[in-house]
Amino acid sequence: MLRLTVQKALNGVLLNPKHLGPVLSKGAADVAKKPAQIEVFIDDKPVLVDPGTTVLQAAALVGVEIPRFCYHERLAVAGNCRMCLVEVEKSPKPVAACAMPVMKGWRIKTNSEMTKRAREGVMEFLLVNHPLDCPICDQGGECDLQDQSMAFGSDRSRFTDIDFSGKRAVEDKDIGPLIKTIMTRCIHCTRCIRFASEVAGIDDLGTTGRGSDMQVGTYVEKFFLSELSGNVIDLCPVGALTSKPYSFTARPWELRRTDSIDVLDAVGSNIVVCTRTGEVQRILPRTNEEVNEEWLSDKSRFAYDGLKRQRLVTPMFKCDGQLRPVDWETALIGVGNEIKRAGSDVAAIAGGMADAEALVALKDLFNKLGSEHLYTESPFPVNGSGTDLRSRYLLNNGIAPAEEADVVLFIGTNARLEAPLLNARVRKGYIHNETEIGVIGPCVDLRYEYTHIGEDPSCIKDLECGNSPFAQKLKAAKKPLIIVGQDALSRPDSSGVLLAAQTLSALLQKNLQDPHWKVLNILHKVAGQVAALDIGYVPGYEKVKDNSQLKVAYLLGADESINRSCFPLDCFIIYQGHHGDCGAAMADAILPGAAYTEKQATYVNTEGRTQQTLVAVSPPGLSREDWKIIRALSEFVGERLPYDNLDQIRCRLDEIAPHLTRYGNVENANYFAQALQLSQKESAAINTKPIDVSQRSLEDFYMTDVISRASATMAKCVNAYKTQQSSKY
Amino acid sequence: MANVLIRFSYLTKNQIGALGPISCSHVQHYSSPPPGTPPPQTKTKFGPLADQDRIFTNLYGKHDWRLKGALKRGDWYKTKEIICKGADWIINEIKVSGLRGRGGAGFPSGMKWSFMVKPDDGRPKYLVINADEGEPGTCKDRDIMRHDPHKLVEGCLLAGSAMGAKAAYIYIRGEFYNEASNMQVAIAEAYQAGLLGKNACGSGYDFDVFMHRGAGAYICGEETALIESLEGKQGKPRLKPPFPADVGVFGCPTTVTNVETVAVAPTILRRGGAWFASFGRTRNSGTKLFNISGHIVNPCTVEEEMSIPLRELIDMHAGGVTGGWDNLLAIIPGGSSTPLIPKSVCDDAIMDFDGLVACQTSLGTAAIIVMNKQTDIVKAIARLIMFYKHESCGQCTPCREGISWMNKMMYRFVDGNARPDEIDMLWELSKQIEGHTICALGDGAAWPVQGLIRHFRPELEMRMQKFHQQNQQKMTN
Repeated sequence: MLRLTVQKALNGVLLNPKHLGPVLSKGAADVAKKPAQIEVFIDDKPVLVDPGTTVLQAAALVGVEIPRFCYHERLAVAGNCRMCLVEVEKSPKPVAACAMPVMKGWRIKTNSEMTKRAREGVMEFLLVNHPLDCPICDQGGECDLQDQSMAFGSDRSRFTDIDFSGKRAVEDKDIGPLIKTIMTRCIHCTRCIRFASEVAGIDDLGTTGRGSDMQVGTYVEKFFLSELSGNVIDLCPVGALTSKPYSFTARPWELRRTDSIDVLDAVGSNIVVCTRTGEVQRILPRTNEEVNEEWLSDKSRFAYDGLKRQRLVTPMFKCDGQLRPVDWETALIGVGNEIKRAGSDVAAIAGGMADAEALVALKDLFNKLGSEHLYTESPFPVNGSGTDLRSRYLLNNGIAPAEEADVVLFIGTNARLEAPLLNARVRKGYIHNETEIGVIGPCVDLRYEYTHIGEDPSCIKDLECGNSPFAQKLKAAKKPLIIVGQDALSRPDSSGVLLAAQTLSALLQKNLQDPHWKVLNILHKVAGQVAALDIGYVPGYEKVKDNSQLKVAYLLGADESINRSCFPLDCFIIYQGHHGDCGAAMADAILPGAAYTEKQATYVNTEGRTQQTLVAVSPPGLSREDWKIIRALSEFVGERLPYDNLDQIRCRLDEIAPHLTRYGNVENANYFAQALQLSQKESAAINTKPIDVSQRSLEDFYMTDVISRASATMAKCVNAYKTQQSSKY
Repeated sequence: MANVLIRFSYLTKNQIGALGPISCSHVQHYSSPPPGTPPPQTKTKFGPLADQDRIFTNLYGKHDWRLKGALKRGDWYKTKEIICKGADWIINEIKVSGLRGRGGAGFPSGMKWSFMVKPDDGRPKYLVINADEGEPGTCKDRDIMRHDPHKLVEGCLLAGSAMGAKAAYIYIRGEFYNEASNMQVAIAEAYQAGLLGKNACGSGYDFDVFMHRGAGAYICGEETALIESLEGKQGKPRLKPPFPADVGVFGCPTTVTNVETVAVAPTILRRGGAWFASFGRTRNSGTKLFNISGHIVNPCTVEEEMSIPLRELIDMHAGGVTGGWDNLLAIIPGGSSTPLIPKSVCDDAIMDFDGLVACQTSLGTAAIIVMNKQTDIVKAIARLIMFYKHESCGQCTPCREGISWMNKMMYRFVDGNARPDEIDMLWELSKQIEGHTICALGDGAAWPVQGLIRHFRPELEMRMQKFHQQNQQKMTN
């Protein structure tokens, strides 16, 4: 009945509700092609919308929220819950607001008798087989079904059949150590299925059975293993999919929510840390369209139990070859004396989770002592302009625009595991824009198809000069991206690799029409690296290894690759950090710091966006915020640092690099050409050894830093992965 | 429905403009209505159908069903000439015939086919034949495919050429083994005789016909579920819009039509739309296959004129109701999803679209299920609801949850183990399902219940009373 008008309204535009989302979101981009807006009336309020807008979106424009279960703005439209039925004047049947595009002059009644009856009916049907176990359901208090049945449901039950037959019961599925399933509660909205196949790229979830026997599951017993799997917990509108580690620990209304930043990868996902009784109970994503949309990687979401284990809770000092707990004063006096004795023969190595405040304090202190030996644990090529020009070490084009790219070239990175949310963006482009993707490095599973160009860095040069199909695509691209991973830049020939990438990028950049599009992008693995480079730390600690004069080494959370043999035998090693991992094991003195949930600290993500964490819980035991420890130490060293509170140290940050205090902003980098020129001045060869990445499969993803290594949940995930590998499915 | 038709006729006026001269030569003596309108009906009495007017001349399989026999019966006669008359002529002739879809919804076929005539956007177009005949009581398409498969094959070619389709897919119900086998033979014969494939019938038109066997899900008879199934996915209906005419099989424009609709097309095109329109009342033109089953002397499938009175149809072809017309309890006139009508309504019911709508039921697929007084009518309807519960795809809430709830209640009603006010509740539940689902299966499950409550409420109440009385007696004993 609506076919004719639909065709007229669309003017021949191919309309598939599955593609509506991207079509709409891109509406703003191609203004030239945009047909005239049409007027519709929502509850008699006129609103102008673009053709193709759905009833639900049009209603949202005038602030009318239509209840929904299956609809989710970031997923394809399924239209199966029927909760969003609304009356349209002159239509005999209510229409599904989430899927139906508006027609000119439609009068939509979101509050009419027909609409109310339809909602009540659907709600009644949803509740017929939904168990009344809200008191023991973890979703209780944040359950869409609860909320909407209060708002739109009937005020009385007429489920007389409970006396005769009862409700449907569905067997629970074991889909891994992260997601707890109580499938009897499932309302079959299929959000999880759509998320898995569209965003995560894992087609393991689906429906089996028909009618009231329909079940959501994996068909064969199988774990739902994805680096983004935790998001289905947020997506599930009821308590069918809940968090296994969080189960039965807290109620949402008991939790204190603190907005913060994730530091377990370099993406800087926005999170909410939920705490109760001084403990982190769970971590949820916080919507930030420019960074993580509303997703969060599993490591960031579930590794929080690592914050409670293996913690350094008291200062320690080595006496008679053994670390013994001491009080702060003893520790600081001891450490201060060692540093004073060493004079300028001191060096500092900053780890991946060091925050900007601590980095600045440590740098100021060491500079005062006359030492310039400040290094980061992650290496980066220092040829040419080194890290003086930011454009050389940032994900210059940003995370969000990655979904607009038409050709993406990954060099030496497994983006899926190093930056799951960046990979989700690329995958989104792959799905909706048919992005071409090429990979130089090992053949890893990115959950989309790509061209594997080669294993070794000489392929970069081949792309530049050669005429392979991918090279042609790359050169013809309007929005190409070259993303160089940390693993390609940790090799002996890293200068050459980066130079090759810079040269290729410059070549592509020349042909671009969009002046804001930046081809060269560096993807870091750790959250603290960009801030450290911004502040002036030298990447890599090779020079420390060569320095036999070194008397004191100060490890600011450096834990990953360092061992005792890097330092002279008589070198005094100070470890400041929050976890007792390999860094602490070889230290002569330990100063317990705070983890990211316990301090207000500044981090700069891989695209150069400054963000800050907030204090969600207080540091355990005697541990303190990192910059305060260094500030206190400075007094014992006799070189008092001139800041006493957070404002003052942030003023100091502002002095060094003003962007470090512009929270939420991305400070764009520039001087690509100059950086390239400077790099070209030195010859930098590349060898033909294949590039390796440290995170090859999901197994390597879960435990990559001190927090996730201490997490039992992450260990279970590794186990689950291994179990899955040995399963015949 | 009237509203729909008004809007459609408005469209034809605009669209047909270009083909005016062609169609005028055929309907020139009816100058006032727009071209493509069937001639007005002057008859007042309909049926029985004369033998020379039958389209399906081998319905009972008494003759050869293969190509040789089909040619003898006039199939494939001058097919090339018909194709060469052009798509516009074919569609107009179908419009003139007043043919309405035989799959149940009764959508005007000429109109439907004309949706496919639109500027080429590079995508191929497809014709899909819905041979997933699964509605309880309906058995017309299987007879066509088993005994007259060439009618369908030829219809595919003609309908396909009218739409500019590249190929036809016949989605046949998985259980129809013999039918599928005969169909496949017929298709192969047509290919061998050069009637299909490249330069089909020598007309210069390339057309392929493929057959795809379903796996036995009733819901795959819904057009979009059928498309999904054909694409190899779970047979779950799609949301509309976009309609299949825009985005259908493999994302290409598609028309899904019933077997009977397509199978009658060649004869209509050979004998003229006006001939077909001379049967049945206005807007209900043509001949139709009626399946008569249940409590009758001689269950049968028969081709009859539309608008024939229900009683005449049963008495003439099915040998009457078992135990005589007075022994009739109720009839489901259009396949299991249509509401039943009790004897009092059956007396004067006219078997066509409008006639049955007037009786608050529907022609559906014209599968007449006759139930005499020995029927436990509540149990019969409960069994139908169980069928719909079993066949619901489970995708959308009202159908998934509502039908199994109705099923539970209906089976309690069979025993009378319920309160009379639950009858109203059941009515409301059926109304909560009807019109709120993605596809029409929900409606089809709600209607039988509504029919039962509309006409047999006293029966339901009586059972409940009896049940509670017996219960009380047991208690007192």
